[in-house]
Amino acid sequence: MRLLLHQLRNEQRLYWRSHELAFFTFLFPVLIFVLLGSVYGNDKIKSEHHIKGSHYLLAGILGYGLASTAFAGLAIILVIRRESAILKRLRGTPLPAWAYIASTVISAIIVYAIEVIVLVALARVLFGVPFPSKVLSLVLALLLGAFAFAAMGIGLTTAIRSAEGSSAVVNAVYLPMGFISGSFWSPHAYPRFLEVIADILPLTYFIRMTRDIVLHNTEIWNEGTAVGVIAAWGAVGLFFALRRFRWEPRET
Amino acid sequence: MTLPAVAVTDLRKSYGQLEALRGVTFEIQQGEVFGLLGPNGAGKTTTVEVLEGYRAPDGGSVSVLGADPQQAGSAWRERIGIVLQSSAMYPNLTVREHVALFAGYFSKPRNVGEVVELVGLAEKQNARVKTLSGGQQRRLDLALGLVGDPEILFLDEPTTGFDPAARRAAWDMIRSLRELGKTVLLTTHYLDEAEQLSDRVAVLREGRIVALGKPSELTGGSVATEIRYRRDGQEVLIETHEPTKVLNELTGEALARGVELEGLLVRRPTLEEIYLELTGSTEE
Repeated sequence: MRLLLHQLRNEQRLYWRSHELAFFTFLFPVLIFVLLGSVYGNDKIKSEHHIKGSHYLLAGILGYGLASTAFAGLAIILVIRRESAILKRLRGTPLPAWAYIASTVISAIIVYAIEVIVLVALARVLFGVPFPSKVLSLVLALLLGAFAFAAMGIGLTTAIRSAEGSSAVVNAVYLPMGFISGSFWSPHAYPRFLEVIADILPLTYFIRMTRDIVLHNTEIWNEGTAVGVIAAWGAVGLFFALRRFRWEPRET
Repeated sequence: MTLPAVAVTDLRKSYGQLEALRGVTFEIQQGEVFGLLGPNGAGKTTTVEVLEGYRAPDGGSVSVLGADPQQAGSAWRERIGIVLQSSAMYPNLTVREHVALFAGYFSKPRNVGEVVELVGLAEKQNARVKTLSGGQQRRLDLALGLVGDPEILFLDEPTTGFDPAARRAAWDMIRSLRELGKTVLLTTHYLDEAEQLSDRVAVLREGRIVALGKPSELTGGSVATEIRYRRDGQEVLIETHEPTKVLNELTGEALARGVELEGLLVRRPTLEEIYLELTGSTEE
């Protein structure tokens, strides 16, 4: 436990000192939110019961922020550290593997929690989106998403072969996912084939669930399908993470 | 007699078709500085990584501090220090932060400031790693291996890429470890490094130990002494294991004939020559 806290402090320090990573995974979703909210925040979205654009957008960006911090950021950090043999060095110390992985996941969740607070506050201040009333359900939903996407992120590292490839592969996965799942706009406005893909992606369900909780005051226990789909995806990620995770760089 | 710090018996390891280790056997006593010497690809790193627990052997047995590295856990890791051949650090952490971070992984670490001082990075302690030179990063590597106050330290090519001054400094540091009573396993492809630092050296070639002993023993023992001189303008070379007897005969004969053995030279091959012969490599 002492080791976990020690490593967690270090992970936080490393994250905020790495300006590129902090910008792209933390700040970028915030900028997108402000930008899109300003552009179409006052539009009414027909396919979504004429809800105001900025209100609709909040849940989408909460989902996009989740994918960028807990999924993309975590996967990129782990691949770079694996390929530069930092993980190998750590394996040579008494730091247990579980404590290390837990510290990176919790660190990503802390970053995401700060992002959520910033997004909700900005939504209130800039676009008059009321604060969510079902706070417990929201927290549970965000935590479920964070753990599931972290598991998928760690699972994804097993498919990435090089540090150079990490950003490319991760971006190729999470940017289209964010788009198709409706982070920036309603997927109901998409062509049919995109809608079909959206219906499989975990982010779609996360955004839908979060939107129900934030805008329609639903509780998480009434979101069985979404919870099930997200947990299932998390389990798939966990399966690959447990089976195929590597601590050492590829032999050249 | 105390238990050896490291005991390796008939160690074998293959990577696919490639037999990296073909039956390696040696022991390292506690407090000994042991050098594994050999050209690139001889199996040095594979041997060390088996001892560190990174690789499972295909055959033979390995014991480090009385434990099998494959089975040993955190308590065992508390007692060993590892300096890998190449491993990055966090570019945005300072020297001191690195040492403090790794100190935190151990239950009884050495004092952080002391370790920074020991590796000669006191002036750079608040510099971020990305601003350090290669040699300075290597010294930080050493600091991270030392900070847990290990009983045994594995150094995989600790000075490769150093300029001569940095190498001397690193050597002094490694000698100071011996004074602390640490067991050290050092790999190197520099002969002088093995000779300068090690109590004993094992020369590794194509996965086998081809020589093992004190550096002075490697140059003595089985190696023939060369006697050269010129006779009637012809260079004569005699290689012998009995130089005293041969010299006596030669000089006796020359004295009897009243001639000078021109250009008489008696020498033993240097460790360098023996090494090159043992490892089958030509001059680089």
